[in-house]
Amino acid sequence: MREKLRDLWKEIKKNRESYLLILPYFTLFFVFVVIPVIIAIVLSFTNYNIIQAPKFIGWSNYKRLFLEDDVFLIALQNTFKFALITGPLSYFACLLFAWLINELSPKVRSVLTLLFYAPALSSSVFFIWTYIFSGDIYGLLNGILINLGIIKEPIYWLQDSNINLYVLMVIQLWMSLGTSFLAFIAGFQTIDRSLYEAGAVDGIKNRWQELWYITLPSMKPQLIFGAIMQVTASFAVADISATLIGFPSPLYSAHTIVLHMWDYGNIRYEMGYASAIAVILFLITVLINQGVRKIIRPD
Amino acid sequence: MRTKLNRSLWGNILITIVLIVVAIFMAMPLVYSIMNAFKPLDELFLFPPRFFVRRPTLKNFTDLFYLMSNSFVPFARYLFNSIFISFLSTFGHVIIASMAAYPLAKNKFPGSKFLFNLVVFSLMFSGYVTNIPRFLIMANLKLLDTYFCLILPYIGATLGLFLMKQFMEQIPDSYIESARIDGASEFKIWWNVIMPNVKPAWLTLILFAFRDTWNDTYSPSLYIHNEAMKPFSLALTYIQQGGFVRAGAAAAAAVLMMLPSLIIFIITQSNVVETMKSAGIKE
Repeated sequence: MREKLRDLWKEIKKNRESYLLILPYFTLFFVFVVIPVIIAIVLSFTNYNIIQAPKFIGWSNYKRLFLEDDVFLIALQNTFKFALITGPLSYFACLLFAWLINELSPKVRSVLTLLFYAPALSSSVFFIWTYIFSGDIYGLLNGILINLGIIKEPIYWLQDSNINLYVLMVIQLWMSLGTSFLAFIAGFQTIDRSLYEAGAVDGIKNRWQELWYITLPSMKPQLIFGAIMQVTASFAVADISATLIGFPSPLYSAHTIVLHMWDYGNIRYEMGYASAIAVILFLITVLINQGVRKIIRPD
Repeated sequence: MRTKLNRSLWGNILITIVLIVVAIFMAMPLVYSIMNAFKPLDELFLFPPRFFVRRPTLKNFTDLFYLMSNSFVPFARYLFNSIFISFLSTFGHVIIASMAAYPLAKNKFPGSKFLFNLVVFSLMFSGYVTNIPRFLIMANLKLLDTYFCLILPYIGATLGLFLMKQFMEQIPDSYIESARIDGASEFKIWWNVIMPNVKPAWLTLILFAFRDTWNDTYSPSLYIHNEAMKPFSLALTYIQQGGFVRAGAAAAAAVLMMLPSLIIFIITQSNVVETMKSAGIKE
């Protein structure tokens, strides 16, 4: 035991320059990521309003969330509905379009990459969709539909609680060809062309078989990375709902977990309760991400 | 010598059509807001609405400056805040993250694997999770209402460290060995040997860090209450809530908001794709 500790100490001393190099980054990483997660978990078992010291209350926050807080259950349902639709769709869209542009000439490819990636890059200007989905006759979509005689009255795209969550999904999908899309484009480029040629000799008949038997298996690391990025993003939806539909949304039709947390944390200052919501979000995304990682697992 | 692969004509036609339709869907809102930015007020509220601008004007941009110069804080101040914050956090992130990425990629030392796995793990949940404790930490460190609370968390951003470390792994060990034989310190090796060889990766980090800080409205709305410290992204949301009269100015602001990241991406695109080649998660 003592021997082992001494060896460890030796190793540490030998690598002290390495530790010095990583020190600044990991100080920030611990202060702003690791410690906050631990604090959130601890606070979720307390009642804390910032002014008085936190008071330990056991599982009460969690019980309240699932047994008493109907709005939370709506938020949970909306978030899952949203994530289960936009998550997979955006993931396959990233993959599909990266694949489709892969065989184009480099010039055309880089123009299309720019076009597809531009919305994700300018994420703060998603409000320009209000010009299109505006609920009056001046909205582009209403204007076109009325002009064509398809509808008579303008549709309240963003206010109607039956459809606004789906309108948000369209906008989210628009913004979702992001980092994973770039990773997939790169992934396709790493594949050795001779593999395809060998495949053609071995009886691969069309590009679908090529994709399934040759391409995808050889870019699994990218596929995992992309899945993690998309899952994390699709469960964290909040901004677009609050900005485009309003906060709170009519009948909580576009209320999400993050918005519920925002409500309790930043408006009501019930930090313990808000932390419990944060922990739920944390558990959901981490569990789903681990699951996805197991499914795609590289050989 | 390229052999011909199995490609059908109909497949190619179908793919071309799909790509064109999607490209229009992606570009349309951005182009439409550029159009709106140059429309005079009467064209903005026209029925039926017209996509293209007829009589382009710069009035929306001058309005934007005028509007903001009458506000409590001059327009230039918001812009300055944004540029200052984005520049410092991007610069800091590239330096600090690659400094940490080098030993993680090339040296095995006690804890190195654990720390990197922790970074990968943190990619699996959204930054919102850490939101409330971060606020408490900022308050305790007396960082609220300073530029630091917008800069420091971004310097410690996780995606950048991950990408940089993965990219550095492919640098041949022989480069480092020969520098070590010459007696170079780890710091010198990082700066003189590694950094010149990972240009694609630091250009990528510049793009991502700039995009994240420049577009961020969430953390400033939380941590900054002093109007003079607020960034342009936040001012944009106020203009945009201004309704009818400000519709033109909001479109102009949106154009100013999206241009810098687009320009950076146009310059860095091929390097970013190069970096993403090593972005896989292996286990």
